[in-house]
Parts: sequence; structure tokens; C-alpha cells
Amino acid sequence: MSKNTDSNQFRKVDVDEYDENKFVDDEDNGESQVGNLMEALQAVLKNPPINTKNQNVKDRAEALVLKVLSAFKSSDIEKAVQSLDKNGVDLLMKYIYKGFEKPSENSSATLLLWHEKALSAGGVGSIVRVLTARKTV
Amino acid sequence: MAYHSFLLEPISCHSWNKDRTQIALCPNNHDVHIYKKDGTKWIKIHELKEHNGQVTGIDWAPESNRIVTCGTDRNAYVWSLKGEVWKPTLVILRINRAARCVSWSPKENKFAVGSGSRLISICYFEQENDWWVCKHIKKPIRSTVLSLDWHPNNVLLAAGSCDFKCRVFSAYIKEVEEKPGPTVWGSKMPFGEVLFESGPSGVSGGAGDGAGGGWVHGVCFSHSGNRLAWTSHDSTVAIAEGGKTSTISSLSSETLPLLCVSFITENSLVAAGHDCYPVLFVYDGTKGSVTFGGKLDVPKQTSQRGISARERFQNLDRRATSSETTEQGLESLHKNSISQISVLEGGKSKCSTFCTTGMDGGMVTWDVKSLESALKDLKILFLCSQSLKSALKDLEIV
Repeated sequence: MSKNTDSNQFRKVDVDEYDENKFVDDEDNGESQVGNLMEALQAVLKNPPINTKNQNVKDRAEALVLKVLSAFKSSDIEKAVQSLDKNGVDLLMKYIYKGFEKPSENSSATLLLWHEKALSAGGVGSIVRVLTARKTV
Repeated sequence: MAYHSFLLEPISCHSWNKDRTQIALCPNNHDVHIYKKDGTKWIKIHELKEHNGQVTGIDWAPESNRIVTCGTDRNAYVWSLKGEVWKPTLVILRINRAARCVSWSPKENKFAVGSGSRLISICYFEQENDWWVCKHIKKPIRSTVLSLDWHPNNVLLAAGSCDFKCRVFSAYIKEVEEKPGPTVWGSKMPFGEVLFESGPSGVSGGAGDGAGGGWVHGVCFSHSGNRLAWTSHDSTVAIAEGGKTSTISSLSSETLPLLCVSFITENSLVAAGHDCYPVLFVYDGTKGSVTFGGKLDVPKQTSQRGISARERFQNLDRRATSSETTEQGLESLHKNSISQISVLEGGKSKCSTFCTTGMDGGMVTWDVKSLESALKDLKILFLCSQSLKSALKDLEIV
């Protein structure tokens, strides 16, 4: 958004990118720095971009979730999973499997830890719901 | 809980006769075998060979003693017992894909066949021409119809299909019956009218993101017909109460998808599926919630023998856990998915025995009373025992 009223750069802005259907970027960065990871997790799992067809949005959401998940210490993972409700656990599973699709050096190890905890909370049913979901995260 | 292994092949479908002494089943081929109970053994007394494709559905009408079978050869046959032999009558269904499920209506004057041609055929007998005629329900079904259940008023039919929806249709045939009275599902019921449709977006209770949904494998009306339960491939079980349009309560279960479901009292249902054991669910009408009641297959607790260090390392090597159990197989009675549940005694309001058959070729009859006592001892009851007790109380036969 330009402050310079002479410039025409604002015409190049893609308004759809800033649609409210998406999560909010800003709060998360603040939270992780402070170390309040539990709330970061809740925030990042709110409003998942399930209904948009824009691949960019989905990629950004996934990258953010991955960042939050890797920021957790292994001992805190279990508590974090317990704090989620059933829908949250299902959503977390979806992100975990999405993360498995594109492995980077460390991501798989943390994702596997998360997967184990989410599995004990959600059971096999949550994995079945990842497989049968028609609108993916 | 008696487990009887009929064959090594999966049992595709089964149906009992009225006094539960004979069972008709399809051993995964083109025939139907009828077995008769003789003491503790089962003897094959008839073989019904007429179909050219696998028999996918069998239903035995208790009062009129007729069997209807449908198969992948796109045909259905109605069998009547003449003397000692079963004689088939072909019913032309006018479908161009396999038939998947069949069910007699409560008054046995018509039956419904669900098929892969995305329609339901309602067949009734026309006296003048002495043959079975069928009418089709096509709209708005978009995919294979997997399961059917009739409402006690003989007109409404619930159908679960692969287009992720469970619907209630009216199958009113004016040639064979009078106009039905109004029910909680609606009062105007012309043939083919959709009185209820569940959708992924219609689920208010469970999967809140509305993006889920799986093939609807099993549907069941309750005894009064006011409630409808269905199980879906996304491991959920849902119950809708007729009348209040968006009261759908669903539960995302932690097990593998359930394939078949049946009400055993007005408030509780038993479902079974790929996890190889039946599960109890309890529905609370006032709160509109479905809760998990417990696993119904309680394996006998084998004595825990100590595990040697060698075995511990072996387990770690083979299975990545140094757990105590050296159990290689499943602990449940059925060793493979359960595909069908049928109520044997007591009807859907006060069921006392029900039977399951599955892909392992075995059939198990479950006795609700003994399950009740087994469940009470179980310490795995992690749900409010209040609702469980009220559900079990319904089962007590006065």
C-alpha cells in the first residue's frame, strides 16, 4: 500500500492476496519471538485456507505452520496437542501430512514427533479424515 | 459370543430367515448358499445358482418367506420356496451397472435395489401381468448407492451413497398402498421426493470445517423411524433426527471407517467396520450428541507372562517397540473387516442378539446381555457412565 499519492504502484497490488479468508501473518511473528508458542499454534490453526483456490496462500500458510511446529521443544509437543480440540487435531494432522510432502533437512524429524503425539490424541480416524478430505489445507 | 467360520472366502452378504434357523449367504461367488442350524453345526441345505455375477445383496422376507438377491450381473431374482426347492423369478431392473444392495420393505410388498447406475430401483409385483415392475429414483443421486434401509411406514427409504450424502426418499407406489400419514420427516411424499439430505456442509456437530465427507457405507433407521444413523468413510458416525432440519450430530471416531450400523435401542447403536470389532455408540437426544460407548469385543485377559530380555530386543528389532504382548494377530474374534450387521432377536428397539459377518468368512453372534456384564467390568469406560447406563437400561427385558 503506497503512501506516495503520486505513484501508481498501488495498481499493481493484488487485492485478493489480502482477502480476510486467510490467516493473519503479523501476530505470529511477534508471538514466536516472545516464546508464547501455544498461542502461536492456536492462531496459526485458526482460519485455515481450505476454501481458497489460490496455491500461494496455501503454501504460505503451510510454511508458517511448519515454522511454528519446529519452534516447539520436544517436551512441549504433547501438551500442545492436548490443548487442541478434535477439529484442531484433525487440522494439525492435515498440516503434518502436507509437510511430509515436501521434506527439508530437519522438518521430517519434528513432523514425525508431532505425528506420534497427534496420532495418540486423534487415533487412526484422524488420518482417515486426512485421506478422505476433499478440500485440503 | 459364538464364532463360526463358514469358509475362507469373504462372506459378501447374508440374511436370516424368520425363526433364525437358516441363514442365506454368498461365499464371494455367483451362488447363494443356505445353511441350516443343527445343534451347534451348520449344514448346507440349498444352493441357489442363477446369478452370472457376484451376489452383492440378499434379503429374506420373514413373513412371506421369499428371498430377493441382487448381483453384479445387473439382475435381481426373487426366490420362493416350492416344496423343497427354491424357484427364482427374474426381475428386470433396467440398470446398466451392478446392483449393490437390496432390501425388502417392512410389509414385503416391494423391495429396493441400490446400484452403481446412480439410481435406486423400487420393485413391486403387478398382479395383472404376473411379474415384477420397477420404478427408478434418479435425482439427485450422483454416484453409486451403497446402502438402503426402509422406514417402518413402508414408504420412506434411506439411502447412503458414494456422493458423500445420506438421503431419505419417498418410495410411495400408489398401485400397492394407500397414501401414508405424515411423519417427522415430512408430510408430502410423492414418489422420488427427497425429504432429507445430509451434506458435508449440513453437519453441525462434528467436522466443523465442512470440508469432509466420505462415502456413506451404512444407514439405519431407528425402530420408530424418527432417527436415522449413518456411517461414513471419513471415520464418522452421524445421527439425524427427523423434523428438526439441521439437527445432525456426528462423531469423528478414532477408529478406521465403519461399514455397517444398526440401532439396538432407540438411543444406542452398534457399528462395525474395518477395525474388525463392533463398537457401541450412545445418542443423547436432549443434548443432541453422539458419544462413544465402548468396544464390544472384549478379549479374554491372558495372563501376562514376563518377557525375557532376548524377546525384548527381538521385539525392538522387529516392531520398534519393546512391548509386552507377543500377540501377532488381532485380538478380536473377527480377523478381517466386518461387512454386515444384522439384528437377530428383539428388533431394533430392544435387541438382545445380533450377528456380524465379514471378510474372514466367519460369522459371530453377539449376545447383548453378556456384553453388558462384560462392559460393566471393563475399566476402559472413559465416557460418562450415566448415558451408558441409560442406554443399557433400555436393553433390560422386563
